[in-house]
This record gives sequence, structure tokens and C-alpha cells, in this order.
Amino acid sequence: MTTSEALSIYCIRIADNAVILAHRLSEWSGHAPILEEDIAMSNMALDFIGQAQGFYTYAGKLEGKGRTEDDFAYHRDTREYTNCFLVEQPNGDFASTMLRSFFYCSFAYLQFKALTKSKDETISGLAEKSLKEIIYHVRHSSDWMIRLGDGTDESHRRAQNAVDDLWSYTHELFDMNEVDTLLMQEGVAFELAALRSEWDLMVEEVFAKATLKKPAPGGYQSKGGIIGLHSEHLGYILAEMQALPRMYPDAKW
Amino acid sequence: MPTTELLSEAQIWDLLGTIPDPEVPAISIVELGVVRDVKVNGNSVEIAITPTYNGCPALKMMEAQVKEKLENRNLHVTIRMVYKPAWTTDWMAEGTLQKLKDYGIAPPAKLSFAHIHPLSPLVKEPVACPFCNAKNTQLTSQFGSTACKALYFCDSCHQPFEHFKCH
Repeated sequence: MTTSEALSIYCIRIADNAVILAHRLSEWSGHAPILEEDIAMSNMALDFIGQAQGFYTYAGKLEGKGRTEDDFAYHRDTREYTNCFLVEQPNGDFASTMLRSFFYCSFAYLQFKALTKSKDETISGLAEKSLKEIIYHVRHSSDWMIRLGDGTDESHRRAQNAVDDLWSYTHELFDMNEVDTLLMQEGVAFELAALRSEWDLMVEEVFAKATLKKPAPGGYQSKGGIIGLHSEHLGYILAEMQALPRMYPDAKW
Repeated sequence: MPTTELLSEAQIWDLLGTIPDPEVPAISIVELGVVRDVKVNGNSVEIAITPTYNGCPALKMMEAQVKEKLENRNLHVTIRMVYKPAWTTDWMAEGTLQKLKDYGIAPPAKLSFAHIHPLSPLVKEPVACPFCNAKNTQLTSQFGSTACKALYFCDSCHQPFEHFKCH
């Protein structure tokens, strides 16, 4: 595997996470509990679509087969998608959606922060841009976790349920394979596992304020997103997201 | 045969300065800071543009307007997207900030936002109401009608207003 091939795969992975979470957040458009949250989630979905666009476009350029951002988003099937299980999980209630964002965005914050030091100029540029956006997402979702966790009995119960449900999809965020190893040697990407302790600190800080409990270690943890393994939910997401471009392949946006 | 008037870089900057920001038409795309570089080579022009936010839907429109404006002068235009350095509201001049305020949008403070830890408290000056200048305002939502704006409410004149986020 060449560095370009590895970097292309790496970019697709970041973009897949972004586009799937964007789709999930966009499902709230018109359905959020209050107007401001409706607007907030649509805004965040748009940020992620923009990030996906940047990373897919660069992946296509590195791959050199003429694939565009739309080819990656609309013309690949579940086994070709390499997002983690976390981002494809259903929205559930508002607490689940906010917690999913908090878990993912805290990770993405650390990942983008590391990637601003990448030796690849395009990657460090995209990371610098995305980092600014993700800071808003972490602020927004962590604020909500504190308000819900340290709120009413009902909101606390729902927030804690969300933690217990989604915890098993968190370790996977830090999974790596030979793609990462190669890029780490080149100084293009960095060891994700090394971000884990900082991520844990962010979670612990917010959970302490939110009076939420981290589940005991040792439970089930999902694995395999980066090699194309997924929960049943991804197929339904793609069916909806890809229906139009697949029905009308020559449609222009 | 139509003659092509060759334009200098300064003239191109001036031309681009007449293109309004599609979402905040009170300021131009040059004042917004998204036009990063202009390179002229005969009748070929390369314009470097940087996005404000990755997913900003106005970006495509800005590109189209830049092309249209320059192609009307028989120039061959290529647009290069640059990500580094990342766009920041710090690039907007004092005059531009005043234009935002006159338009009813509270301008961003000069504050480099990029490297603040997302869990640290945001310490900054209160956002003054663009209508009555009162400082007793509160944040309604970090996200507004466009990616670059947050929603505020003025406790003094009871007006909701938009704040151009520090970015």
C-alpha cells in the first residue's frame, strides 16, 4: 500500500463518519423539541456535510480514478462504508442524540487537533478548518448533557439511559489498522489510541457536572466499522440517502 | 475581433470588491475575507478562495459570482480552494465590522477562537445589542439562520438579534 492509497482510505473514513452523522442530525430538521435546537442540529449537519465534502474530494484526488465526493457518498454500499457504529445509531430521544454527538465530537475534536500537525498540507488545512466547527459542536452537546443529566428526574433518567445504551460504541472510535500504522510512520496521521485518555477526561469532566455515571469497564464493545462491518441501521440510512441519485444517476444538483 | 482589456491585480480586487456576500449583502466577499489571492497572467486569472465554514451553502454562489463577474470581462477564470490558513473573523477590518453593525448584526469581537478548549468557559466581552448598544444581552443559541451567526436577545430593548460569531 502506498502512502497515497492509505491516505485516501483514511480520508474516506473521516468523511464517512461525518456524512452519516450529518444524515442522522438532519433527521431532526422540522422535528426538534424547540426551534433553536432544530436550527442548531441542521447547522451541525451542514458542518458535517461540508467536512465530508472536503475529505471525500481529497480522497478522490489521491485515488486518481476520477471519483467525486458524490460518487463516494451516493454510490457505495454498506460494506464499502467505513464509519463507526456510533454515528449510525438511531436518534432515539433528544438525550441520545446529544450524547452521540458529545461522544463523537469530543473524539473528532482531539483527532482534528492532532491532524493540524499533519505533514500533509491538505490534511492539516482541512483539520484546522474542521476543528473550529467541531468546538461549537462539543460545546453545544456537552452543555446539553449537563442540563439533562443535572436536570429533572425524567431528563436525568433519559440521559443515563443514553449513556448505558451508547457506551458500547465508544471504544471503537480509537480503532486503527495498517492504514493508520503506515500514515503514522510518514507523520501524516497520528495514533488514535493515544487520544483515548484525553477523551476519557473530557467525558469524566462533563459526566461529573451532569451527575451521570460511566458504565463499568469490561462490557461489550462494537468493532469493525473501519473494515466495513455495520449494524443493521446503516442500510436504511443509505437507502434513504442514496435513493434519488441512484434512481436518477444523471440528475444534477 | 473583440479586444480583451487586460486588468491589473488591483483592478481585479476592486471588481471582486463589488460582489456582495450572498448571506450578508451589506459587506463584500473581499471584506468578508474569503478572497485570499489574485494571480493574473495575461487574460487568465486565478482566484484563491477559502470557505468560511466547510458546509456554507453560499460558497458555491460566491464562486459562480466571481466567475461571472470576471468572465464578463473576457477573462479566463480558475478558482482554487484553499483551506490554510483557516478563515477567521479577525480578518475583517474595523470598517467592515461597522457595516455589519449598521446592518443590524452584532459584529464579532477580535478573538482567536480556534485553540480554546471546548469545555473551558467562554470568557469574552458581552455582545452589545446592535440596535441600542446595551450590553445586557443573552445568548439564545450558538446556531442561527446561517452557519456564521448566533442568536441573541437584548434585555434592554427586547429585540432578538444576530451576532456574527467569532471564528
